Amino acid sequence: MSDKNSSPGYEPRIVAFFCTWCTYTAADLAGTSRMTYAPNIRVVRLMCSGRMDPQFVLKAFREGADGILIGGCHPGDCHYQEGNYKALRRVTLLQTMLASMGIEKERLRLEWISASEGDKVQRVTNEMVEQIRKLGPLQLSLPPTLLMAEDTPVAEMEGVVP
Amino acid sequence: MSKPKVGFYWCASCGGCEEAVVDLAEGILPVVEAVDIVFWPVALDFKRSDIEAMADGEITVCFLNGAIRTSEQEEMAELLRQKSQLLIAFGSCAHMGGIPGLANFYTGESIFERVYREVPTVVNPDNVTPQTETQVDGTVLTLPTFRESVRTLDQTVDVDYYLPGCPPPVNLIVGAVTAILEGNLPPKGTVLAPDKALCDECPRKETKPEELAIQEYKRPHQLLIDQEECLLSQGLLCMGPATRSGCEATCINGNMPCTGCLGPTSRVTDYGAKALSAIASSLDAKDEEAILHLMEGIVDPGGTFYRYSLPASLLHRRRPA
Repeated sequence: MSDKNSSPGYEPRIVAFFCTWCTYTAADLAGTSRMTYAPNIRVVRLMCSGRMDPQFVLKAFREGADGILIGGCHPGDCHYQEGNYKALRRVTLLQTMLASMGIEKERLRLEWISASEGDKVQRVTNEMVEQIRKLGPLQLSLPPTLLMAEDTPVAEMEGVVP
Repeated sequence: MSKPKVGFYWCASCGGCEEAVVDLAEGILPVVEAVDIVFWPVALDFKRSDIEAMADGEITVCFLNGAIRTSEQEEMAELLRQKSQLLIAFGSCAHMGGIPGLANFYTGESIFERVYREVPTVVNPDNVTPQTETQVDGTVLTLPTFRESVRTLDQTVDVDYYLPGCPPPVNLIVGAVTAILEGNLPPKGTVLAPDKALCDECPRKETKPEELAIQEYKRPHQLLIDQEECLLSQGLLCMGPATRSGCEATCINGNMPCTGCLGPTSRVTDYGAKALSAIASSLDAKDEEAILHLMEGIVDPGGTFYRYSLPASLLHRRRPA
């Protein structure tokens, strides 16, 4: 994988899930304020970060995302009172579970970005793109490719009986 | 008119599913009267060649349990698929990968390393590991190939129906067999069990608080479990909210939390993600430090939430290093 990390043409693919009340509005603000940031993110608007089903994260990884950014309102500011706390609990637990699947914690990032923080959208996006660039592409081993990839027997190991 | 032909087979499994068939007890008698069992290696002496000699689709229904790990299991799954009109993934392993599917947290090589070299009770001075081909006195002996990952049955061949559970509950087996004999089957691909969460049929449903606020996660050996109260509200990791019902809450009635063997309902793609979501939502903590502290009670999140379904999950296995 290290060879892929250093491959010059590699551009990270990041899927972002932004809540409509804070972070999505902040991204809008960044746009109308003509702030530029890395074009590697694709934003999906959710009503609340609490709508972030962990299945969305796994699906995005499976479909080729190298990193996932979730943006919600600051603690205490959730439009639905507690949705962002639920997002925090889910992301924290999901990061631990992803670690056991060999996926680095840094590939899933949660940030509180209020509607007025267009500059934070810019900074966080740029930071995350650089971080994922260092980590390199997420290469999963998925069932459709398994049949072909698996024809090498595991038993071809050193020091076995002649 | 000749009787419908039925086959049973096992792949990567523990034998518990075969036991479940025996658990039908006297209920098996009308079934045996109504059908011809043409293949059941664990109980009857039929050979692979008997199946090979059959015409395609000659077996009316084949119940196959166990996950798919070796090349031999693949071949048997393909053979039985070809010879059967209906192929049913029987039990958690065939359905979602099951307990053997937890091996997808490891590489094939590290499993061989552990099992044949590192385990303290193994004496292996010559460093022998199983080979697909070995020369012995001029003869070549062969073994099936051990694949890198465990797969579910439907990741290997086309599957008609699923009977979930570890093992499938007797009432579900009876229901499925009856439906097949009467030709009264739902659309292809259906899981032959109710499509509601276990909490819905849980005898402790009334004691589940409107909003769960778990202060501390405990494992069953760390507390005296109350026999009436909702297990989640006692701090136990009960998978009821994310798990399909149909087992009549067998584990709950034994005063143990649900571990999720029946898998998700039809609206869920990834069981582990949904179970994690349900558990994380019910934590009573609002800042990262408190959440991390609470999570220390969940010793192995991957193994807990994907106990029966790692190969069927969206990520399928641990990412190759």
